[in-house]
Amino acid sequence: MIRLVNVQKSFGKQQVLRGATLEIPKGKLTTIIGRSGEGKSVLLKHMIGLLQPDRGEVWVNDVEISRLSGKALNDVRKQFAMLFQGAALFDSLTVFDNVAFPLREKLRLPESAVKDRVDEKLERVGLAGMGHKFPAELSGGMKKRAGLARALVMEPEIILFDEPTTGLDPLMSNTIHHLILDMHRTFGFTAVMVSHEIPEIFSISDWVAMLEQGRIAAMAPAEDFQRIADPMVQEFITVGGTVSLQAVKRLA
Amino acid sequence: MTAVIQRVGGTTLSILQEMGRMLLFLLSTFGWLARPPFRFFQAVKQLHFIGFKSSFVIVLTAGFTGMVLGLQGYYTLRKYGSDAALGAAVALSIIRELGPVLAALMVTARAGSAMTAEIGIMRITEQIDALDTMAINPLQYLIAPKVVASLIGVPLLVALFDVVGIYGGSVVGVDLLGVNAGVYWNSVETSVEWKDVYGGIWKSVSFGLIISWVCCYKGYYTEMSAEGLGTATTEAVVLSSVMILVWDYFLTSVLL
Repeated sequence: MIRLVNVQKSFGKQQVLRGATLEIPKGKLTTIIGRSGEGKSVLLKHMIGLLQPDRGEVWVNDVEISRLSGKALNDVRKQFAMLFQGAALFDSLTVFDNVAFPLREKLRLPESAVKDRVDEKLERVGLAGMGHKFPAELSGGMKKRAGLARALVMEPEIILFDEPTTGLDPLMSNTIHHLILDMHRTFGFTAVMVSHEIPEIFSISDWVAMLEQGRIAAMAPAEDFQRIADPMVQEFITVGGTVSLQAVKRLA
Repeated sequence: MTAVIQRVGGTTLSILQEMGRMLLFLLSTFGWLARPPFRFFQAVKQLHFIGFKSSFVIVLTAGFTGMVLGLQGYYTLRKYGSDAALGAAVALSIIRELGPVLAALMVTARAGSAMTAEIGIMRITEQIDALDTMAINPLQYLIAPKVVASLIGVPLLVALFDVVGIYGGSVVGVDLLGVNAGVYWNSVETSVEWKDVYGGIWKSVSFGLIISWVCCYKGYYTEMSAEGLGTATTEAVVLSSVMILVWDYFLTSVLL
């Protein structure tokens, strides 16, 4: 379980998080929504210790990680994997080597076992036979799939998804979302996803939280979230949903 | 008046802060370098990039540097009837000064700028964050092998520069201008002492450290934009070059 308590973060004079408090339920898929520039990715990066809060606490299970560094922080990070906005694949390595990278670095398995695990994960994300390609040779959707395979390969307890469908067309976004849902159901990891994809996220998430003005303005089970009466939430859902549906229709 | 003091104070503080951050970056890198796992393969790969792939440009620079020294040295020394000392003039200039400094400047331009750009792009595309999330320290995985490779590669390139430069001097002095070959090489042999070579090695090791330190640091802390990366690369090359020249003066004054 991940818990953020009154997290505040500024970059220079710009305060991004103004006391965000949030609890991510274990084993569930929680999506954080909010306007662009609200600090959703910043919030996500606090959960894995890539950013440290100016004030507040970040708890992962029973460990407060906001002041940890070095080996202690790395020990906590072993429970995590993260899929970045641009997939963050190492561009000097092939897809296979990217996916194999954490296995080789952390588990030091024999190469045959590495191959089995990597091939299995590549097949699960629909990239069987693509292991020899370099990231520059992949489309946006394929990069996300490869990033997902790399995130899954260590079978972590928690996976963070930072806008996994950014830059993809609506049909590919849908495919990636359902791939994430499928993997979540298969492996049972705790998932935290930052997304703008409304209304799609309501059908795949267990919980939805909304970040507004640096604070969590609302959090509820996905099926209840759309019924929250708060005008700010309603405006975001309605406008976001309309725009998203229009985009789907335009593409169709 | 208060505004001027504030501005000067603010600038001084930000310079001190930057220097402190640079020093911490270097110390942390050495700290991670001393801890297993040791990145032998990455260090060899970097040595290939920094060392072997720079050898052509070093040979080219060294050859022409030696040749122009041969030319200038010959006409200057002939005025005093000392053209027999051409070998000594070329060899000492190259081994003591020009070899380490010019080789380091060429490595900065070719490999240092590439280091900054590579690390900067990894920062912008979140590849460095990805390493962090996998509990792999980027200083240990990315930076330390580059530092080790520079510490080994730059002295080797300087040695190559010295040899090619001295031969370049002989091509002009002996083959084109007619200085006796035996006189030229005897002059080289009798004038160059171990202390000169030793000084050149010390210089090249410290220049290797400056190049990898400054160029990696600038890439690691680049601003998250294409313009920011361009600025970081320029700053890395300029700062490394200036530091090499300044450090060369102080080291020379100690070694002489």
